[in-house]
Amino acid sequence: MTVLVIAEHDNASLKGATLNTVTAASRLGGDIAVLVVGSAAGGAVEAAAKLAGVSKVLVADSAAFGDQSAENVAAQILAVVGASGASISHVLAPATTYGKNVLPRVAALLDVAQISEIVGIESADTFVRPIYAGNALATVKSADPVKVITVRTTAFEAAGDGGAATVEQITPVADCGLSKLLGRELTKSARPELGAAKIIVSGGRGMGSGENYQAILAPLADKLGAALGASRAAVDAGYVPNDYQVGQTGKIVAPQLYLAVGISGAIQHLAGMKDSKVIVAINKDPDAPIFQVADYGLVADLFEAVPQLTAAV
Amino acid sequence: MKILVPVKRVVDYNVKVRVKSDGTGVDIANVKMSMNPFDEIAVEEAVRLKEAGVATEVVAVSCGVGACQETLRTAMAIGADRGILVETDAELQPLAVAKLLKALCDKEQPQVVICGKQAIDDDANQTGQMLSALMGWPQATFASKVAVSAGKATVTREIDGGLETLEIALPAVVTTDLRLNEPRYATLPNIMKAKKKPLETIKPADLGVDVTPRLTTLKVVEPPKRSAGVMVADVAQLVLKLKNEAKVL
Ligand SMILES: Cc1cc2nc3c(=O)[nH]c(=O)nc-3n(C[C@H](O)[C@H](O)[C@H](O)COP(=O)(O)OP(=O)(O)OC[C@H]3O[C@@H](n4cnc5c(N)ncnc54)[C@H](O)[C@@H]3O)c2cc1C
Repeated sequence: MTVLVIAEHDNASLKGATLNTVTAASRLGGDIAVLVVGSAAGGAVEAAAKLAGVSKVLVADSAAFGDQSAENVAAQILAVVGASGASISHVLAPATTYGKNVLPRVAALLDVAQISEIVGIESADTFVRPIYAGNALATVKSADPVKVITVRTTAFEAAGDGGAATVEQITPVADCGLSKLLGRELTKSARPELGAAKIIVSGGRGMGSGENYQAILAPLADKLGAALGASRAAVDAGYVPNDYQVGQTGKIVAPQLYLAVGISGAIQHLAGMKDSKVIVAINKDPDAPIFQVADYGLVADLFEAVPQLTAAV
Repeated sequence: MKILVPVKRVVDYNVKVRVKSDGTGVDIANVKMSMNPFDEIAVEEAVRLKEAGVATEVVAVSCGVGACQETLRTAMAIGADRGILVETDAELQPLAVAKLLKALCDKEQPQVVICGKQAIDDDANQTGQMLSALMGWPQATFASKVAVSAGKATVTREIDGGLETLEIALPAVVTTDLRLNEPRYATLPNIMKAKKKPLETIKPADLGVDVTPRLTTLKVVEPPKRSAGVMVADVAQLVLKLKNEAKVL
């Protein structure tokens, strides 16, 4: 039996989420093969081959994969599963916007269910996943021959190095030609990625404006070497770009320390950060629900408290 | 051009659900039900395309129990022209819904299907992508901006690193993210008008679709609770606690 892990990468390197997905794969039993669908993805392939526990890296290289379109990537995964002669028991991808975009297509075309955002593995066919914004955990058993799964990366450690997988080039599928990438606007930042950061400083509507957010929160994040996050309200109000959003429908994070500043603590926000090791809340409203999940709560005006904190750490 | 918008009846986003003590699921008896918020955004987008003269008809579809009629009426109050209820008491999983929608797409021949990116009950985030794959159509998920012109759509998508813009050929499936639009409130006259709009009810069997679930839920439990924390008096105390007690600084 083989567990196929779909690598998320930018050709030059693997995305960190792939490493957590490999760890989830290692809990299922069987060989682990990583599939890299890309265009001149040598860097990503090399990194995948070094991962502990990975026995094979399959490489489908084609200029058509430059866009990483869901249609093309799914078609390639389907071809690999088909060619394996039923030896692939599981297909895993990280539950990132990349994995969520691609894997349901694969499941539908295999005529199997897709199991979203698993946080636990009970056995090769039984998995735990959050529902209702993480207010309940469901244990589900799949009756399908191939299990197609996205993995919540915060629930599994990152796989380390130490492997020496064989690398096999496979024939790329033809371009579906259904969609064309016109452009990407990626947020550039010298700060750590939200998904990988040990400390996250997150701001909500209480920040009042994008200028305040930058003037008040960014210095604290810089001093702590932290990533910056936000509530939906802060993103909707245009204080920060969309990829800062933490929550049920944004990013799921679980850092060592999560500082929620001027965030009320709606269930949709809590869904994205309540697995953090230590939560600190700074809010001027003593009744804000965020205090119910905070390890340390400070009732204060953030415009006074945050600069003090920046000076003190 | 016809737009099809699937809408799901879910527990209202303001309700904090309770897990049933026997572990079989969450208690949805007597809780407020509403249209899935992402689907409301989808209906709004479709109606705006109609108001802009791009679309000619907006058809709302719901799959589930009889009470989903209310969800369809809400969609029609926002501006959908008619509703189709695929009625069943059976548990419907995303693959089954995608197959029902495929059968309806084969019949109705829409140019665009606009779905919510995820339902806030099962948080699956699958149906739109599955439908697109089954139809062999392109997809543009997690949309924050949609422009439709002759035979194609230009869609800006929210992705982990920022934004990306795709051009897709029609017919296609688009799934909505939060920032695509702000749905209007249905006015009373429009709610009254919606009651008179056509609503057709069919069964999964009429569409020849087997909706048998593929996943069995063995149990549903509450997640581990965080133990109650402490309130600190000032920043100095907070820093001390973080350094000495939590040891995270
Ligand atoms: C379908 C759906 C999906 C959603 N997904 C998400 C999601 O993924 N992530 C998410 O975050 N939200 C999400 N939401 C939105 C969520 O319900 C809340 O509306 C949002 O989280 C509120 O953001 P906030 O806490 O910043 O704003 P508010 O609720 O307005 O809270 C602002 C807080 O700032 C405090 N404050 C104000 N001024 C100061 C000051 N000077 N000093 C200290 N404190 C101050 C106030 O006391 C208040 O508690 C979603 C909603 C829906 C319907």
